[in-house]
Amino acid sequence: MDFFSNLLAALPGAVAQGLIWGLMAIGVFITFKVLDLADLTVDGTMATGGAVCIVLMTSGVNVWVALLCAFLAGMLAGLVTGVLHTFMGIPAILAGILTQLALFSINLRIMGKKANMAINPDNYDLLVSLRNVKKMTLENPIFVAAVFTIVLIAVLYWFFGTSLGCSIRATGANPNMSRAQGINVDFNKVLGLMISNGIVALSSALYCQYQGFADVNAGRGAIVIGLAAVIIGEVLFSRIFRNFALKLLSVALGAVIYYIVIQFVLTLGLDTNDLKLITAAVVAIFLAIPYWKSKYFKGAGKAIAKAGAQAKGGEDNA
Amino acid sequence: MLELKGIYKTFNAGTVNEKRAIDGLDLTLENGDFVTVIGGNGAGKSTMLNLIAGVYPVDAGLIRLNGFNLTGMPEHKRARFLGRVFQDPMMGTAATMGIEENLALAYRRGKRRGLSYGITNDERKIYREKLATLGLGLEDRMTSKVGLLSGGQRQALTLLMATLQKPDLLLLDEHTAALDPKTADKVLQITEEIVARDNLTTLMVTHNMKHAIQYGNRLIMMDAGRVVVDIRGEEKKNLTVRDLLEKFNIENDRMLLSE
Repeated sequence: MDFFSNLLAALPGAVAQGLIWGLMAIGVFITFKVLDLADLTVDGTMATGGAVCIVLMTSGVNVWVALLCAFLAGMLAGLVTGVLHTFMGIPAILAGILTQLALFSINLRIMGKKANMAINPDNYDLLVSLRNVKKMTLENPIFVAAVFTIVLIAVLYWFFGTSLGCSIRATGANPNMSRAQGINVDFNKVLGLMISNGIVALSSALYCQYQGFADVNAGRGAIVIGLAAVIIGEVLFSRIFRNFALKLLSVALGAVIYYIVIQFVLTLGLDTNDLKLITAAVVAIFLAIPYWKSKYFKGAGKAIAKAGAQAKGGEDNA
Repeated sequence: MLELKGIYKTFNAGTVNEKRAIDGLDLTLENGDFVTVIGGNGAGKSTMLNLIAGVYPVDAGLIRLNGFNLTGMPEHKRARFLGRVFQDPMMGTAATMGIEENLALAYRRGKRRGLSYGITNDERKIYREKLATLGLGLEDRMTSKVGLLSGGQRQALTLLMATLQKPDLLLLDEHTAALDPKTADKVLQITEEIVARDNLTTLMVTHNMKHAIQYGNRLIMMDAGRVVVDIRGEEKKNLTVRDLLEKFNIENDRMLLSE
């Protein structure tokens, strides 16, 4: 009984954390699934957004302005990766690694050469905070993060339905065809990377408020968690969620499920130091499931087989 | 009017694999010309089309279309003037997007892509009518993903996409080569209808001599990166495969077999 009561007690925290990381995973979805690029910049931007937000807030800037600045900082990081990839011809995966590495120094600079920075929820007007996670009020981070998720999905659903958004989807689906139809593929890739990293930085800014501190190492392994959410969401929901907005929702749900699973194994008594190992194992298994299904169970749903093939194709291209 | 003047293109220059693909090519097309292009493997047919489309730059020479200099223009900007259909049915459409979405992308060729709707209901009506002219029943499957279509259906759709905004020049790069003979004939028939209806200036590469003779008002044969035969008018109308074989001593197996 102890186990279940412990798990139950930790559940709200896992859901809140999952929803905040779900925003980040939606950012990863845009590069990994829509643009068919593996972008590793996010490991850097997942620290940048929080650093910018906490530094600005502790120097008295309004929380919404701080969030906007975090978003813009993320877009800037995406721009750098995009330019490295398109203008300088560096493979996307390497361009992302370069930006991520450079961001480590930049993040330290942003935080005044400190490895981490705290923000006290008593003194600042935070949007989300760990301490409210069990309160039944509108301040509850689960509620706030859910609102952010819904608004983000709505905005992205609208955007990817516009002429520009459609051309970005086409860029990822078939670059040859896109060029033949007069689409500037390089511009769209850069734009997609900027949007994606902006969203990741926004998620980072919320997450740092939630935790009450920004950390220069906050982004380590972030891409893997983002991919985990994307793949879990796809494996579990791809049969019922076909619409683009619902696909984004499945990514957010994927992140929540991921954090519940992690919470489950932690409650079982696993060492937090082993978390990265568990994460890698979970992602590897979920990446393998669609592949195995298509290989060994030929009739097992075209959607899943296709999802697996796409995931695999994404890696090959990278 | 399309003008190609003194075009040169060498691949892998300076290596053992050096290949002079286009060697001083000159070609002029009048508006409304429907030109079929034949030639052996490596004659430079596809390379010529790719140079016109801007897939890669020319080493030397000039490409001009209706007075616009295309020579140094990037591929996506040239797309404003060009309609293209490729040999590979997978290449001309986005498999993970719907039929109507693909058409909407093509409808915006040469236009600014901003934050207006990616597809409108008025457009859907136009697409439905255009799809109906293909006679493949695609007008009832407008939201189906293109990945579910057969190769022939995809080529017909690509053709429609290439001509949805009237192109100044239509480039067909062996667009029926990957199809079975019956489907190929159907796609060619659709091609001819569209070209005739819109009076399109067209370059059609083919490996099939019968098709090269049957379609178009002018036939050119390429060899070693140059135009070696140029037949038009009455002479083209009366041309037979036997004439071509006898006159030009064609040695390419694939062309003979396809008679």
